[in-house]
This record gives sequence, C-alpha cells and structure tokens, in this order.
Amino acid sequence: MSSRIAYRLAMAAITLAGVAVIVFILLRVVPGDPIAMMISPGASPADIAALRAHYGLDASIPVQFAVWARDLLRGDFGVSISLHRNVLELLAERLPATLELAVAALIVAVCLGGAVAVIATLLDDSPVAPVIDAINGLFLAVPDFIWAFALVLLFGVFAPILPLSGRIDPALDARFATPFYLTESLVTLHLSTFLDVARHMAMPTLALGLPLAAIITRVLKESLREAMVQDYVLLARLKGMSKLRLVLQEALRNAVAPTLALTGVQFTFLIGGTVIVERIFGYPGVGNMAIDAVINRDLPLIQGLTLVFGALFILVNMLVDLLVVAANPRLRHG
Amino acid sequence: MSDAALAIADLNAVSDRDGEAILRGVSLTVERGETRGLVGESGAGKSTIGKAILGILPRAVRVTSGEVLFEGQDLLKAPAALRRRLIGERIALIPQDPMTALNPGRRIEGQLTDGLRLWRDLSAGAAREAALKLLDEVQIRDPERVLRSFPHELSGGMRQRVLIAAAFALEPKLIVADEPTTALDVTVQKQILRLIRAMQSAHGTSVLFVTHDLGVVAQICDRVTLLFGGRVVEEGRTADLLQAPRHPYTRALLEACPRYDQPCAGLRPIPEQIIATLRAEIAA
Amino acid sequence: MAEATAGAAPVLLSRRPSHTLRACLREPKVVAGGCFILFLLVLALGASWIAPKDPLEQDILLGATPPFWLPGAEPGHWLGTDDLGRDALSRVIYGSRVALTVAFVAASLAAALGATLGLVAGWYRGAIDATISRLVEIWMAFPPVLLSILLVAVVGAGVGSVIAAIAIIDWTRFCRVVRAETINQASADYVTAARAMGFSQGRILLREIFPNVLPVLIALVSLEMGIAVIVEAILSFVGLSVSSDTPTWGGMIAQGRQLLHQGWWILAAPLAMLFLTVLAFNLLGEGLRRALDPVMRR
Repeated sequence: MSSRIAYRLAMAAITLAGVAVIVFILLRVVPGDPIAMMISPGASPADIAALRAHYGLDASIPVQFAVWARDLLRGDFGVSISLHRNVLELLAERLPATLELAVAALIVAVCLGGAVAVIATLLDDSPVAPVIDAINGLFLAVPDFIWAFALVLLFGVFAPILPLSGRIDPALDARFATPFYLTESLVTLHLSTFLDVARHMAMPTLALGLPLAAIITRVLKESLREAMVQDYVLLARLKGMSKLRLVLQEALRNAVAPTLALTGVQFTFLIGGTVIVERIFGYPGVGNMAIDAVINRDLPLIQGLTLVFGALFILVNMLVDLLVVAANPRLRHG
Repeated sequence: MSDAALAIADLNAVSDRDGEAILRGVSLTVERGETRGLVGESGAGKSTIGKAILGILPRAVRVTSGEVLFEGQDLLKAPAALRRRLIGERIALIPQDPMTALNPGRRIEGQLTDGLRLWRDLSAGAAREAALKLLDEVQIRDPERVLRSFPHELSGGMRQRVLIAAAFALEPKLIVADEPTTALDVTVQKQILRLIRAMQSAHGTSVLFVTHDLGVVAQICDRVTLLFGGRVVEEGRTADLLQAPRHPYTRALLEACPRYDQPCAGLRPIPEQIIATLRAEIAA
Repeated sequence: MAEATAGAAPVLLSRRPSHTLRACLREPKVVAGGCFILFLLVLALGASWIAPKDPLEQDILLGATPPFWLPGAEPGHWLGTDDLGRDALSRVIYGSRVALTVAFVAASLAAALGATLGLVAGWYRGAIDATISRLVEIWMAFPPVLLSILLVAVVGAGVGSVIAAIAIIDWTRFCRVVRAETINQASADYVTAARAMGFSQGRILLREIFPNVLPVLIALVSLEMGIAVIVEAILSFVGLSVSSDTPTWGGMIAQGRQLLHQGWWILAAPLAMLFLTVLAFNLLGEGLRRALDPVMRR
C-alpha cells in the first residue's frame, strides 16, 4: 500500500513539473507583454527596461525558468505584476474560499446524487421510475455554466431569496481567525454568520454540484441495479428484509466502488469549474483571480495559480484512486 | 396428513411468454422431520417448485391452480406480511452457489446474525454468541476468525457451511436445499451432505432437497419425488425407488448412472422411446 | 461529461450506408437532437432573411423593452431589446452562427487530432504509447476552462483562437477513447488474419480498425460539439471571443447578467438557446451511440 502511494506521489511530481514547464514556456513565447500593460504613458525606454529587469523578464527563457524553479523551492512564488503583492500570500488568502466551495459542491453532489439513486432504486417498479430517469437525463445535459445562470434567474430575479455575489455581507462586520469562513463560523457556532456565508455560497455550490449529482445518480443507480439482482440480495430478501434495508445494507456497499471508479474523474472537473462559477457569482476565490490574472498577463500569478490548480487536480485523482481501493474489501487485503 | 411440514397439492404453472406448461399437477409432501428429494433433469421443473414455495417465481411464470400448504397457510395466497414472516422465519434456503450467495462487502458475522436479530430480537452480543455456536455446529474450526472474515477469505466448503449454519439459525420448520453441493469439489460434497443430514436430524427439520444427482439422493433422502417435464413420474421411499423402480423412466434413469463397480460397461443413455412415451403421457 | 466506454465486440458498420442511416433514424434521440440542430443550421445560414431586424442596429429610445407577452413591449421586438435597443431575437438568431461554426470546426479538429494520436498510441504501444499517455495525463491536469482562457488571452481574441483553443484542449478526450478501442480491436482475430495475409500496418489501421472505431468517435464528436458551444459561450462571457459587435450567446449572457434588474429576458433568451443546443447535441450523441452499437441495439 505505501509503495503504491510513493509511486503515485512520484508520478504526480513529474506531472506537476510538466505542467509548470508547459505553462512557463507558453506564457513567454506568445504575444502579449505584461510590462506593456503596466507602464503609464510617457514612460521612457529606460524605465521600461528597468521594470523588465526588475521582474527578471530580460533574461533568456531557460534562465528565467531556472530562477523561478529555484525561488519556488525556497517558497518564493514571486510578486504579482498586476496586484503588486506576494503571490503566495494571494494564493493563501483566496484558496480557502475555493476549497470550501469545491468541498461543499462535492458534498451536495454526493448526498443529492446518492439520495436520488437510492430512491429511484426503491421505486424501480413504480411508474415514477421512467420520470426520474428522464429528469436525470435532462440534468445530465446541463453544465455548470448554464446552471449558474438558471439559478441566477430563479433565485435572483423570480424569487430573490439569495444574494447574487460575494462571500459575505460586508455589513455584518464579522471577524475571522482563519480564511475558512464557512467552516470556522460553523465550528465556533456563530450561526447567523454561518447562515450568511452559506446563503452566499448556495448558488455557486449548486451550480457546481448539480452536474456532478446527475452523473452520480446515473452511475450509482446502474450499480445498485446490478447489485440488487445478485444472489446474496435474494437470500437477504427471503430472510424477510424490507426493500429499504436491502438497498442500504446489502446493495449499496457493493455499488459504491464501481460508482467511484467511474465518477471519480469528474471530481477533478469540480476544481476547474470553480473558475467560471466564481466569476459569475463574484466569489472571491482563486478561480475568479485566475481570470483577471490571465487577462492582465500577470505571469508570476498565472504560474502560481497553475501550480495550485495542477496540484489540486492531481491530489483529487490520487484520493479517488485510493478510495476506490479502500471501498473494495478484496483489493484492500491485497 | 396434517403432520406434513409442507404439502403441495396439484400445482400447475405456465410460462406467460409462450403458454408452455411448466408444472403439471404436481403434488408432493414433506413429512415432519424427513428429507424429501426432488429429482429431475434440467428443465424438469424442480427449481420452479422451490421458487414457488419461496415466492420468488420469475415474472414470466404464473401459477394457474394448486396450493402450497405450509403451517395451515396456502403460501401462494397468503397476505404479504404473513408470507414474509413464514418464509423469513419458518422456512430457510440453502442456496446452490456459495460464491454468490454471500455478500462480498459484508463480514460473515453480520450475514449470520441478520435473521436472529430480525426475528428473535436479539442484541448484537447475544446474536454473536448464537452465531458462534452455530459455526461450531457446522464444524468450523476457528469460528471467531470466520465471523470477522469477508466471504472471499473463506474456501468454498467453508462458505457453504456458513450458509448451512445461517439456514438452521432460526430453527425453521422447513429447509429448501437447492442443489447445495453442485458448486463444490467432489471431496467436499460428501462432507457437506453428511453435515446437512446430521444437522437435520439434530434439529428435527424437514428438508426438501432439490437435486439432479441420484447419488446424492441415495445418501441422504428418506423419500424421493422424480419429475419429468413438470410432472411427477414416480415417488416413494428412496430404498424402494432405487431398488424396485416402477416407472420405465425411473428404471432407465437408474440404468444410465455410471457404475463404479462396472467400469468397463458402456454408458446407457435413456432410450428415446421412453422419453417419447413420457411426453405423450404428459400431453394427454 | 461521462466518457464513452470501449466496447468489447467489434462494431461492424454495415457496408451499405443506407442501412446504417436507417438504423440511426429509427432512434428517437437522434431524430429529436438532429431536428433541432438542423433547425439551428437553418437559422444560422438564413439569418439575414429570418431575423426580423439588424442585430447591430441600436435605438437607445427602445432600450430594455420586454418580450411580447409582457406589458410595455415594443411591437416588432418579439423577445425584447437590450439596453442599447438592439433586438434580442435577431441577436439570438445571429448568435447561432458563431455557436455552430465553433461547434462543428472545433469538434472536428479535436476529434481529428485526438483520434490520430489515439490510433497511433493504441496500435504501436511501447514507448510511443507511454509518451502519448503521459502527455494526455499532463494535459488533463489543467483545468480546461482556465487553459482555454489562457490560450485565447495570450493568442488574442477571435473565432479562430477560440476554435484552436478548444481543439488543443479537448483532443485528449478523443485520444483516450480511440486508444482504448484501438487496443481492443488490435487483439481481435480479424486483425491477426489481416497481418497474416501480409497487409501493411497503415492499411490495417485505416481499412480495418478505424471503421470499427468510427461509431464511438461519431457519438463523441456530437457530445464534443455541445461542449464546444459552452466553451465558446464562456469565452464570450469573459470577453475573449469575437469582437463585441458580433452577437454571441455568451456575450448576450454577460450583458444580461449586468442588466439583470433592468430586464431578465436579456439573459433568459440566449440562455434558453444555449441550453436547447447543448441538449440537442447530447441527445444526438447518445442516440447515435445506441444506434451504431450492435450490442445495445439488441
């Protein structure tokens, strides 16, 4: 087991390095000069050259990469060209918000998707079953981008009960010790604050989570169906167990592993999805920051963000792989 | 008559798909404390009878007439709640394939104590004690370890013993054994048969033993019912049937069995005309 | 989006295209999705005749008027107008042009690139496969949306860059599926027979394996078109697609978001179109997959 983890980590490091290199090169060989975006009109060529040197953009690409890599290993991610602040600080400030969003979306997706799959299995004999299937099929076609705006229309215009942007109501004047607003307010039992943060997160969370929920429902339902026709379920039914118990106690545990294997890759899309969802809802996470960074050609910030996203992707993939093994008793014992 | 554990009277069933008759006026009884063999070729209808008793007939098969009497109730017509209790608590199944009959994702303890906790309302601890005693009865040497194990950690023979233990757990009145030795190694088969026989006489349970193997029947069945084409061809005490069969089909079946004491004798399949006669009898 | 799983048996496309076509048309999803796409095509090609007004024509006096079923509507502007008085219906109709162009071209390019690499990787295996697979893994570690924004931002806005960006990012989806299917097919008996008969590798790849990979590919292309439409909408939303004059659904959505409280219809109309389009491509893809897979047909 530990050798498997070690191997995965090594592969992950190589992949991450590959990501870093590609982005690095990409940013420097294509048109778009970040310096040009920063200078004020009337600056002399000497000033521009000095600025370029200050950011180390006058050296050759391999040298630049070496410098960047060296600094990186020391923990220095550089300074943002557009925001004039330390990149690592910026990332540390905004990453928690994105993590809370992604995790909340995952929880919503698993709970909602799982519940609907179980209910659909319990009702598979009734006429409701094809209706559930059709609605699920419909939901499967809707990506997070469309969900976001549908929710905006629904809860922002027609039934305006949720805030359309931001993370917290500034008028609330809440004080936080950590940048994890939602978790902290829950743990410290500041419930009015928690509710406010939750209300702000409701729509982006739904927009991110609903597409994944639809996929989980589809796959889990199929896995449950396969499990329910097995002999051991028949034997349990003969013993007199109710259908609910059959699904939850007998079938579900055997349906989780194949579902996880098939849907696991979708979890990483949650992270990518935060980019546009945060933008739409003005949510102050790394996704939102990324779009501005790209538009402003903020090289150090883009590089830092790419590493963060890449690392998250790879981490989630690894976790999913490990979970799949853990969920299968046969694999667990080697 | 009323002492019979199970009494099937004139059971008829058809396939909804093609109208073909699957069971033709089958009648059989399992007396209290006896082991009745239900023998026949594949497709003779023996598993259909077992499924009819347990209420798990496939959707395409329909019972058109007849009764399945158990504890004074017709299982075919009993209300769902009563049926659930009768089949769950008073009847048990020893399934054919120990590989697929145990939940690969659950430890043995849970699967063994389910019935006890459901119908006897035992606590987890008491159920565990009962389970250990059962495993001991089926001659499993390390019951504590087995309880903790997952099915894939046990051998086929051990799994079947666990299933037998589960079947006897609630002291049922009737056990339906659906070819329980077919999926096992020959060396293990004999042990399992002996075990079932021993448990059956210790608990006084009635057993309906479904099989296609006359050798098995000879070993543990008191009485036998022979089926062909969904119809009872012959029935009686095992010794009588094997030594003095009355129906030509029964005779031919016995002759077709390879004899270990005559290895050079050729195999003698059942003659075509006997089958044809039988079919004609049935169609009439 | 769920990926197509590699089939077990070779999918034998009938040599008579009419046979295959009829099988496809019997599938209700294909008909439903296909009809809507055709409808869109008609809209896109005939926009200049179908659209009631000039999409670029502004009339500030008629700014933010609602659609025809609400009070205060302007006659002639069926779906209302945006804040600059431009007709929403016409803009939605013209928006289909960008959407469909990007969908068809980008999906085809991504498919071509991905399928080629997938075939090569699945056929030759060894070091080539290892390199391509590692490349796919690294590629997939990028959040696709971020990468597309990155690419378009650095290369410059415009339909061309949007198309290129989609193709460059999404080829991995095709590569994986085609590679898996190629590996599957390569071990089949008919391939061994072809090799024994002395056919060149290229011929086997093209004439034997590829036709059996094609059905899965076609279904995936349809799904990809739906994805491409969304990516284009996202890029227009962020302001990185075509110039802001050319009407795009994404651009209209961005506008609609800004003007939400002035007029929700500015957001709703393009959103509905976008949703229906993606739905249509999805249905088409699923229907094609079923129609072309003999195992499922049974």
